[in-house]
Amino acid sequence: MSRAHGILAEYPTPAAAMAAAVRVRDAGYSRWDVHTPFPVHGMDEAMGLKNSPVGWFTFLGGLSGYTGGMLMIWFMNAYHYDIVVGGKPLFSGFYAFPVCYELTILLGAFGSILGMLILNRLPRWHHPLLSNLRFAQVTHDKFFLVIECDDVKYDEARARALLQAGADHIEMVEDD
Amino acid sequence: MSAHAPTDSSPAYSTTTPPELQRVPLVLGQRSLGWISDKISSIVEGDTPRWWWYAFIPSFLIATLGFAAIGYMITTGIGVWGLNNPVMWGWAIVNFVWWIGIGHAGTLISAILFLLRQKWRTSINRAAEAMTIFAVMCAGIFPAIHVGRVWYLWYPLPIPNGNDIWPQFRSPLLWDVFAVSTYFTVSLLFWYMGLIPDLATLRDRLRVQALRLTDPAAKFINKAKQALYGFFALGWTGSNRHWSHYEKMYLLLAGLSTPLVLSVHSIVSFDFAVSQVPGWHTTIFPPYFVAGAIFSGFGMVLTLMIPMRSLFKLEEIITERHIELMCKVTLATGSIVGYAYGMEFFIAWYGGSPYELYAFKNRAFGPYWWAYWIMVSCNVISPQFFWFKKVRTNMVAVFVLSIFVNIGMWFERFVIVVTSLHRDFLPASWGHYGPTWVDVVTYVGTMGFFMTLFLLFIRFLPLIAISEVKGVTPQADPHHELGGATREGARG
Repeated sequence: MSRAHGILAEYPTPAAAMAAAVRVRDAGYSRWDVHTPFPVHGMDEAMGLKNSPVGWFTFLGGLSGYTGGMLMIWFMNAYHYDIVVGGKPLFSGFYAFPVCYELTILLGAFGSILGMLILNRLPRWHHPLLSNLRFAQVTHDKFFLVIECDDVKYDEARARALLQAGADHIEMVEDD
Repeated sequence: MSAHAPTDSSPAYSTTTPPELQRVPLVLGQRSLGWISDKISSIVEGDTPRWWWYAFIPSFLIATLGFAAIGYMITTGIGVWGLNNPVMWGWAIVNFVWWIGIGHAGTLISAILFLLRQKWRTSINRAAEAMTIFAVMCAGIFPAIHVGRVWYLWYPLPIPNGNDIWPQFRSPLLWDVFAVSTYFTVSLLFWYMGLIPDLATLRDRLRVQALRLTDPAAKFINKAKQALYGFFALGWTGSNRHWSHYEKMYLLLAGLSTPLVLSVHSIVSFDFAVSQVPGWHTTIFPPYFVAGAIFSGFGMVLTLMIPMRSLFKLEEIITERHIELMCKVTLATGSIVGYAYGMEFFIAWYGGSPYELYAFKNRAFGPYWWAYWIMVSCNVISPQFFWFKKVRTNMVAVFVLSIFVNIGMWFERFVIVVTSLHRDFLPASWGHYGPTWVDVVTYVGTMGFFMTLFLLFIRFLPLIAISEVKGVTPQADPHHELGGATREGARG
């Protein structure tokens, strides 16, 4: 059974897609998105998106890398099996620092990537738009705006009118 | 402010840049957005060029030979190498430091130039990052086999050994294990994250191409490729909500890779500097190693890019301006390296340690004088030619000079490792070192391994970041006329 996923409008230029995004934002829709071959400057503002919180994931990753590293080295070299080497202290933040520095970066990077994937709900194996042939141009040179039918404000005729200006083509996308 | 009086159709100030101040565009020929993906994807989609096989088969054979030499070393013992008392670190460590240094240019291009908003990086960052990953793989082979008994390779991991003893974190060698493995992991992830939108491009192109196919075998291959590229594209739809998080993540990874790349070669230099050996025990090592690493890495990037851009006809994307800019970075870092050589000598004299002074006199005029002077002529003199625009825009000259940089930097590592070790404090323990055929075959083998991986990369993955190059063209700017902006809102 196929049902409608949303209404898809195709634009030839980033400026046309951005103008449409401003209109859709101002109309108060919530379940909609712009799809572009590359990140378009100013599109976040045009869509009314807030600053991405990925940085918090990075921070948590980095913090756990540093503290985890320090704890690990203290546990291994000064607590669980302590061996004096060259009369040096069993634990010192100085000799432990290079390893913890690297672990901060390593876990910070894991955090950033994980944060991006979680916030984007990726990976996903299926998306209704990926079955639409016209939409294949999204990674080539076309710009798309999609309003989903699930949006509470959704009304086909009104959405069509809103997307009309500057669009090359408008069609409904099925979810099969 | 322009001198002419404003009319009602034009703004009060001039919006056009005078011709002498205009920069050469990053993509020549006013190409469309679609042209960029067609051009770069066609390298992956088209037939394998004949020259690719001519390059791949010898590379693969050399790599196999190298691994055979490693197998011979492991089964026979480390004595098949030229290592002996007092030179316990020979070609293996020289090669390790050389390869890992080469990797640094890739991260500099992908991370540091990204933070500095150098838009020209987009044409070369993908291939340079691939170079980093493959160079670090080659580098990693050497310390791994240098332990002699490779079955104890897990000892530096944070796991207790049979006697419940943990690794010893006071040792710079252990710092190095963490630095290099973090460097490899983060570089690989950074590279893969950049690939996601381009893998989606290849997936979507295959979907369109499938419509034209009738042969069931060709249809099946197309489906398999779609599945493979699609799997690694993670279901990317180019959504702006996704781009928003993605760009933030990319910026953060660049921000993390910058201190990472600076720390990796610093920690590699600690392997030497933390010891007491004259010639190694110096504080200049971390910055000197980092500058040398970037210098050698740019040498290798130029060596790879110049043939690549002409073989694949990519002169409009990797333009002369890109090559010139890379030459300038090579000149700058090469001059820093030259300064470091001078400073080392000055401190050896000024520091007042007779052993240190001897180590440096021995470097320049001792039994290994030839290695020292090859290093100086390749690293200090050859980049100075890049002061001249005539040289920077002559591709043959740049290619030849880049080879000299690669040779010079290998000799720098040789000079540091071997000449410092072969004569230290006690004349009774002095010795001489020379490699055996196994050393040579192993080193040449890693070059074959590197080329094998690089050739596979340019055959199966987009070797230029498609989405990023599109992003720096004027057509991508919604405030530019070519990006669809109306006259009133347009920037010149």
